[in-house]
Amino acid sequence: MAVVKVHQHRYDAVIVGAGGAGLRAAIETAGKCRTAVLTKLYPTRSHTGAAQGGMCAALANVEDDSWEWHLFDTIKGGDYLVDQPAAEIMCREAVDAVIELEHFGLPFNRTPEGRIDQRRFGGHTRNHGEAPVRRACYSSDRTGHMILQTLYQQCVARDVTFFNEFQVLDVAFAEGRLAAVVAYELATGDLHVFNTKAAMFATGGFGKMFKVSSNAHTLTGDGPGLLYRRGIPMQDMEFFQFHPTGIYKLGILLSEAARGEGGILRNAGGERFMERYAPTVKDLAPRDMVSRAIQTEVLEGRGIGEAADAVYLDLTHLPPEQIDEKLPDITEFVRTYLGIEPKTAPIPIQPTAHYAMGGIPTNVSGEVVVDAAGTVFPGLYAAGECACVSVHGANRLGTNSLLDIVVFGKRGGAAMAAFSAAADLPPLPPGAADEVVQRIEAMKSGAGNEKVGAVRADLQAAMTGKAFVFRSEELLAGALEAVHELQARYEHVTIDDKGPTFNYDLTEALELGYLLDLAEASVVSARARTESRGAHFRTDHPTRDDEHWMRHTLAARQEDATVELSYKPVVTGAYLPMERKY
Amino acid sequence: MTLVDLELKIRRYNPDVDPKPHWQTFKVQADPTDRVLDALHTVKWEQDGTLSFRRSCAHGVCGSDAMMINGANALACIELVHKAAGPKGGRITVEPIRGLPVIKDLVVDMEPFFAQYRSVLPYLVNNDEPGYTERLQSPEERARYEDTTKCILCAACTTSCPVFWGNSGYVGPAAIVNAHRFIFDSRDQAGDQRLDIVNQRSGVWRCRTAYSCTEACPRGIKVTQAIQEVKRAVFTDRV
Repeated sequence: MAVVKVHQHRYDAVIVGAGGAGLRAAIETAGKCRTAVLTKLYPTRSHTGAAQGGMCAALANVEDDSWEWHLFDTIKGGDYLVDQPAAEIMCREAVDAVIELEHFGLPFNRTPEGRIDQRRFGGHTRNHGEAPVRRACYSSDRTGHMILQTLYQQCVARDVTFFNEFQVLDVAFAEGRLAAVVAYELATGDLHVFNTKAAMFATGGFGKMFKVSSNAHTLTGDGPGLLYRRGIPMQDMEFFQFHPTGIYKLGILLSEAARGEGGILRNAGGERFMERYAPTVKDLAPRDMVSRAIQTEVLEGRGIGEAADAVYLDLTHLPPEQIDEKLPDITEFVRTYLGIEPKTAPIPIQPTAHYAMGGIPTNVSGEVVVDAAGTVFPGLYAAGECACVSVHGANRLGTNSLLDIVVFGKRGGAAMAAFSAAADLPPLPPGAADEVVQRIEAMKSGAGNEKVGAVRADLQAAMTGKAFVFRSEELLAGALEAVHELQARYEHVTIDDKGPTFNYDLTEALELGYLLDLAEASVVSARARTESRGAHFRTDHPTRDDEHWMRHTLAARQEDATVELSYKPVVTGAYLPMERKY
Repeated sequence: MTLVDLELKIRRYNPDVDPKPHWQTFKVQADPTDRVLDALHTVKWEQDGTLSFRRSCAHGVCGSDAMMINGANALACIELVHKAAGPKGGRITVEPIRGLPVIKDLVVDMEPFFAQYRSVLPYLVNNDEPGYTERLQSPEERARYEDTTKCILCAACTTSCPVFWGNSGYVGPAAIVNAHRFIFDSRDQAGDQRLDIVNQRSGVWRCRTAYSCTEACPRGIKVTQAIQEVKRAVFTDRV
């Protein structure tokens, strides 16, 4: 076996991941501290670019609105598991965040007066639930693409240092703080140890643990996964959002903007069934409720498709020019993948795994906090989907993810720059890369007979089959058993590619390890939560239990690889839990 | 669903063992509505894990998997099997995009491409104090450059351009598209600088209007038209 080359670098700050959160953080640290941005892709390949519908902010450009209404909607949408002070910061700072993006050059759609146009989105309402409100600022149905491009453009303008196709596989701690980040260079197979004062993880989600998923192939939870193995607990992992409208079987996202523009969900009988589930806002109810409504229609025999396991998203009554102007990309996806013309035929859809509400616990400055007391792990930051602030609680509202990455990417970047300015470079722990070297060597020399693709497919089937929209003790116990069997099989995974150059065979195998561990944390957390709240619905515990469960889950991996759960209280505020009706 | 038989003929190269590139054919089964990317995954996950190609979003928005499919540039995640091979299956040839150095199999060195992108000042320049609200821009002003905002930097256009194949110094369609995106943005103030850049010897005048770029663009951007508009702006010195 060839000796792995290990290079060393020194930086004031390292940002891992170059989606919206990482790029916004990089803009903030630029000129303040020497920063390296590491991404396993190219920055513009990040999954922020797949976000479609919009980014909410109470600009009140087209009708009355206030950040307090946005805050109320976010808390109610999150089924009261939201930390209210954090959500208040997000909703207040949303307005400045949108204006700043415009100043950065983002081509928002405009009103006839030239101001930023706004449209409706699920769960966003006027005056505490009265009616849908036009709050989502958007750029056609490619808002995420424009945010990603615009932030990358600003990084180019600031000459930010990128290490493209560098996949981070480990961290090293020294003297109780973050000391180094270990990355694998895809082009050469070399390892790079970045000795740094601080590091921010902004690696996105881990939706590839599910079979039907809107997530990119590369969303494998590398950041949360490697920190979890290093003892950082994961928060609220039982809360995973299933977006109601994924393209049938493929899971590709069809934005809620389709319903914001007037699209209607229909069952096999052509009935607008959301009227029964959410009489006031109907098709614009929050995602968790719409996904459950769809699954209920399917379970009660009113589904469509060859297995009667889907429903229709109907856009046929919308003016064709409105579809072309406001929803061009998603209607093109439908034409490409289903061969259907959405202007004249309804679109078969089904819920798709979309977004992790849980992740690396942080405070509102992006600092990683490791316990119920909010103890900060010095030098360690996280932002975006991989983090859990928690502003989304048990169910994220549409558009609030783009808002989250911009607001908390900036705040985390600012906090990290301030920390780096005051801190010394920590000593580089000897052998910082050793564990990664061993992991790679073991994977390349493995003599087992298991293939990555097969183990991953079985994981995805188990999670979609047993830990999806509807859960129960029986299902979750089965899911856990399946994950444990797959973890055992993973020990026998072998790869074909033993070489150093663009060895995706190796990196896919390493990614699968993270997915398995995070799936275990998710299922263990879900099994313990004997209530239904937001996206976590238990058929055997179908109601919310505020007396026992107004608390966040922390799942920590122990030395013996078991998962230990502890809890921390939700930070409440002015809005008291009430029944969630729309 | 009925699966069809495919022969995937793939241009392979592994710098660690191969003196030069060679063809290898894999037999796989696929649903006609599968993506070519799915068929490549079937090869990689079930037959030969050493096959290397970039991919991420798998639905045509990240720009990772531009490759030459049956001789024409496309994204493997948008190109469906029934289009590439016919509804009853058949042969699909897959090669790396041309004009950039091949590193391994379908993976090419993207650095020269991004260097060209960076050379055109691909960011909004406006030195006026914007204040606390948005800059105004009418829907018509926005429509002037909207088409070129769709670019995902996949390089399908640039690497389909015969001029670029012959002269890798040519800044290429993608960089011009991104220059266009700002030159025609009413908020931008660096149009003159960008026009000077694309007016250089390696700039827009290399374009021979072959339309290959427009045909190759998976986002449907009118690339050649954008290049013509930039040429006209250089020529008349106004946008």
